[in-house]
Amino acid sequence: MKHLLTTKELTRDEAELILDVTQQMADAVTGREVPKLPALRGRTVVNLFFEDSTRTRTSFETAAKRLSADVVNFAAKTSSVNKGESLRDTALTLQAMGADAVVIRHPAAGAPQRLTEWIDGAVLNAGDGTHAHPTQALLDAYTMKQRLGSIEGRTVAIVGDILHSRVARSNVWLLSKLGANVRLVGPPTLLPKDIGEWPVEIGYDLDASLKGVDAVMMLRVQRERMHAAFFPTANEYARLYGLDERRLALLPDHAIVMHPGPMNRGMEIAANVADSPRATITEQVTNGVWVRMAVLYLLLTNGEAR
Amino acid sequence: MTDLLIKGADLIGKGRKDILVRDGRVAEVGSVSAKDAASFNGTVVDADGLVLLPGLVDLHTHLREPGREDAETVYSGTRAAAKGGYTAVCAMANSYPVADTAGVVEQVAALGKAAGYADVQPIGAVSVGLEGKQLAEIGAMAHSAAAVRMFSDDGHCVSDPIMMRRALEYVKTFGGLIAQHAEEPRLTEGAQMNEGAVSAELGLPGWPAVAEEAIIARDVLLAEYTGARVHFCHVSTARSVDIIREAKARGAKVTAEVCPHHLLLTDEAARTYDPVYKVNPPLRRESDVAVLRGALAEGVIDAVATDHAPHAPQDKDCEWAAARPGMLGLETALSITVLALGGPSAVDWDVVAERTSRTPARIAGLEAHGRDPQPGTEANFTLVDPAATWTVVPADLASLSRNTPYAGMELPVTVQATFLRGRATVLNGKIAEETTE
Repeated sequence: MKHLLTTKELTRDEAELILDVTQQMADAVTGREVPKLPALRGRTVVNLFFEDSTRTRTSFETAAKRLSADVVNFAAKTSSVNKGESLRDTALTLQAMGADAVVIRHPAAGAPQRLTEWIDGAVLNAGDGTHAHPTQALLDAYTMKQRLGSIEGRTVAIVGDILHSRVARSNVWLLSKLGANVRLVGPPTLLPKDIGEWPVEIGYDLDASLKGVDAVMMLRVQRERMHAAFFPTANEYARLYGLDERRLALLPDHAIVMHPGPMNRGMEIAANVADSPRATITEQVTNGVWVRMAVLYLLLTNGEAR
Repeated sequence: MTDLLIKGADLIGKGRKDILVRDGRVAEVGSVSAKDAASFNGTVVDADGLVLLPGLVDLHTHLREPGREDAETVYSGTRAAAKGGYTAVCAMANSYPVADTAGVVEQVAALGKAAGYADVQPIGAVSVGLEGKQLAEIGAMAHSAAAVRMFSDDGHCVSDPIMMRRALEYVKTFGGLIAQHAEEPRLTEGAQMNEGAVSAELGLPGWPAVAEEAIIARDVLLAEYTGARVHFCHVSTARSVDIIREAKARGAKVTAEVCPHHLLLTDEAARTYDPVYKVNPPLRRESDVAVLRGALAEGVIDAVATDHAPHAPQDKDCEWAAARPGMLGLETALSITVLALGGPSAVDWDVVAERTSRTPARIAGLEAHGRDPQPGTEANFTLVDPAATWTVVPADLASLSRNTPYAGMELPVTVQATFLRGRATVLNGKIAEETTE
């Protein structure tokens, strides 16, 4: 692996290696007085964020620092395209500064792939438009493995705004690669066109889709989408596709509730459900740091000197 | 010196002929004796093995002047046209300022004359500033020195149905036509590529085929209702072809063009996220390409038009969403047309002449172009080598811009020479540097 751009391009072996190293990172750091490993000492990791995302940026920053890397936060002022310095010029600047890895979050799908053409260092996609968010999917998979014991043969329902979700896309490829059955659930307005070839089942009825699932992943839905007629009102959306306590009771006892955050409580997930012991939301945040440590480590050391 | 003798050309694939040109017009088509040839006092071109076509005519060229002379000028764009075998191009109205007044269209026409590489026929805007709110002074442009007959808001659809109806009616006074960029804008807000399996995976917002088809269907009905002429720019989907076929069968005054890139490339190219493949309308599916090729061969699609759209490097060297849509076309169009019509050994050269020269000239009202050589016609033609191949090298193109999607591709057929009123604008595959008539 030179870069991590999507989960689709990962082989199953590579995905499993990342999850194994994630476990090692968690084991190595947890309980230490100084939770730091020297693995990336002297390396420079640049966080290049064109979208505001304190959560993801902080997670990457924490991961890099725990591996003793030098972290530079390159706050790209503009969050929209066509303004300010071009992506290419920014890339050439980072290249000239000698970044070993660039973690990029960008509103345009494909921006990380373009970046690989302009810089020599490793490129790590921290979310590009509605395309991909591979470390989120990897931390979701790690969380499932931890809670459920395995991924192979498990059934996962991903619910909500699939159309605009890079998290959903990355999970579809990763979880199906790892042997899970994936169900996509949402109104047809929020499902992409022509996904008949995807390795998923598609459902419009949430109650029916919850039968026999091992995990349900609720996606954030922007209330503003109702202004573009994706759904009539936030209330109707919550009634049809929100995970409330009645629906929680439909799940098998062992099933977990996931959310990539940030949540709209009362919209896609009821507050009581978000706070229930079956929700893995804060574990996902913790696991995010381990996963990002694993990925940075593997990309920057080619897995040598473990 | 516009006396010219072309020896032994394969005349539109129908057999060897010598063609004698005097004062820019064809004087003789037939067989010139060795003795007469020896005493001929003008340029003699040995066209053995070359096919002669009437000079190509492009219905859809963005010359970028005035306004974006860093991407293309009338001079550089018409040189690219000549290199591609064109003797006339129709310049789209979306310059800065927009070609929505007599002043701008006359300026573009004058720049074309001064350059001398191809006749430049300006297209006027339908609405002021291409904004779709108020009709541009169509009559003033029609009666100007540029004698505009075709009007288009290309880049934007004339989406307001009342604006489209009035425009269609208005141009009837002088036999004009509206060239529609068919794109229902509400269905393509934020769109980046063809909506389908590939866009679903890439997470790029989709441009659904129905956004084109819905406008074409509406405008066919409006054209029939008003009895006016409508031309559809860059038709890109299989269903659009169905609608146009049916309209023609009913006798509607409808014509349509297809771009070379829609005859060759598909939305799979977007997987690279390289914006050189970003174009509007977007590259479609393989099945659309097949239908468009069939429709072009059959004549349901009347013409090949390049939609030559030069862009400065910074408008393409960026992330996909930030890039401007459009690709170069003039220098590769003939090769791709031949490829799409069966390749150089199987192609019917008469169909090539029809779709790239005669019909577009007729649609645009360019009477001196698109004529098979016969005594008295203007000597506007192109000599192509059907056996040669060439590799597209962006840096070697005559255009100021480099945004060709065909870089590195080997294409059939080379343009050996282009003649505008008997004067070589291209000779031996090279652009002629002296162009003054």
